[in-house]
Amino acid sequence: MTSAEPAAKRPPRGPSADTNAAIERAYRDAYGSVLATLIRFLGGDFDAAEEALADAFATALETWPRDGIPANPAAWLTTAGRNRALDRIRRDRRQAEKLVLLERELAGMEVATMQLGTEGGLEDDRLRLIFTCCHPALPLDARVALTLRTLGGLTTPEIARAFLVPEATLAQRLVRAKRKIRQAAIPYRVPLGDQLPERLDGVLATLYLVFNEGYLASAGEAAVRHDLCTEAIRLAAIVADLMPDRPETHGLLALLLLQDSRRDARLGADGSIALLEEQDRARWDRAEIERGFGALDRGFAAAAKLSHASVGRYLLQASIAAEHARTIDGRATDWRAIATLYEALARIDPSPIVELNRAVAIAQADGPAAGLSLLDELAAGGELVGYRLLPAARADLLRRLDRLPEASAEYEHALALSDNDAERRFLRRRLAETRS
Amino acid sequence: MRYMLLIYGEEAQQDESPSGGEPAGEAPEISPPWMEYTGWLLREGIHTAGERLATSSSATTVRVRDGNRLITDGPYAETKEVLGGYYIIECDNLDEALEAAARCPAAFGGSIEVRPIIGMPVPTPAG
Repeated sequence: MTSAEPAAKRPPRGPSADTNAAIERAYRDAYGSVLATLIRFLGGDFDAAEEALADAFATALETWPRDGIPANPAAWLTTAGRNRALDRIRRDRRQAEKLVLLERELAGMEVATMQLGTEGGLEDDRLRLIFTCCHPALPLDARVALTLRTLGGLTTPEIARAFLVPEATLAQRLVRAKRKIRQAAIPYRVPLGDQLPERLDGVLATLYLVFNEGYLASAGEAAVRHDLCTEAIRLAAIVADLMPDRPETHGLLALLLLQDSRRDARLGADGSIALLEEQDRARWDRAEIERGFGALDRGFAAAAKLSHASVGRYLLQASIAAEHARTIDGRATDWRAIATLYEALARIDPSPIVELNRAVAIAQADGPAAGLSLLDELAAGGELVGYRLLPAARADLLRRLDRLPEASAEYEHALALSDNDAERRFLRRRLAETRS
Repeated sequence: MRYMLLIYGEEAQQDESPSGGEPAGEAPEISPPWMEYTGWLLREGIHTAGERLATSSSATTVRVRDGNRLITDGPYAETKEVLGGYYIIECDNLDEALEAAARCPAAFGGSIEVRPIIGMPVPTPAG
């Protein structure tokens, strides 16, 4: 049982802030893969693995500033984590039996540690971890939280903010999920044969949320947590490789690639978020867009081979992103097609956020007044209370309709709800414009 | 790792199940799907125990409150799906247990609750 939050042991700002930042980065990069490997060696014990990794990181804080950051931080942390786990177990006589089993595993572990720098071993462990975290025997919200906590290395407060729940609720959710994994013996492995497809939906939903946490990062200085995005894309590509006949695996990969292709253009010079229409499309990553188009094609080809309607939410969302990516001239965007795609999306996945996006597309196709009346209906529904993008979208349409006092009131409202620095800079800039 | 499969179904369905409407004490007739299922569990080597229960109308519930015994007719909770029987199986992990539960005849129409057994120490008789 641990409530140890390894992030709490992050280095304080001290004599060598640069080293500390480098340690923090190495830690964040390595967290998911090291934890995945430690969980395997500890027979699926998440808590023991988290403790071992926290211990290893504490050691790193002592030795890395003195000896330098190791060439392969992941391998270093895995070895240190394993040693610390063994120390703990040796101290705990009641776990003597476990020690015998563990020492039997040691030979295998040495080999795996050697392979840490290579792709194979790491990805196997990460896949195992993601399928375990996304096991349908766990409630959906716990699957997502667990994946972000273990694979993404996010802290409990970060995850709580991403999902608009109190920190204590989120912490409780993680404790319960880990307890169930242990008590019910949820296996630490990629599901076999027939079980694989039915496990897939939860995995895809989770990866998308991981990506979004990296892409939108609701809190903190770095608006784009590119490591999380890369991680989500990499895992999505592995899953698509593993299950090429499932259209949605390609749909998700296409969606992530197409969104990520805009990453460099998303932030303005002052660090504020640039809206799609303001972005310098020359800075969109064409190679990534091409990869996205390829995945989209494979998705539709796979869907065509299946008898039932298998174009799901990810293929539709990827199609929307592709409409934007198709043209270098934003004014040539086919907003009518986008509004239609959102309508199709709303049919299979009705949600107020989809409606919000449809309203924005309609505002582009038919003018701000048409969009605004849809947003007003949404606001009246009350489901998006506290969701910062609703006042932000209303503010934008009011501004375009030249209803400036109402627009600035909505920008203020959105500002009060946002704790993302880049987004706040954007909102302040707009607020100043509507007031001048 | 032992798991209990708690077999829930509507009473009418249970006449087909191991807990079917047999009067107590008579040799139960087991329908072919259940024979087959129990046989499968045995062949897989995961069958530890299994019994059928008489219909819930034969149930009696006991509570002790403030030193008084309260005896009431019927099961603990009146629900549409009632507990009709159980198996105890020995599996390596939850996926295996779920796989076994999904083959149970009562899973089609009824439902199977899969619970890990954590066991209970049995005191040695004084002597």
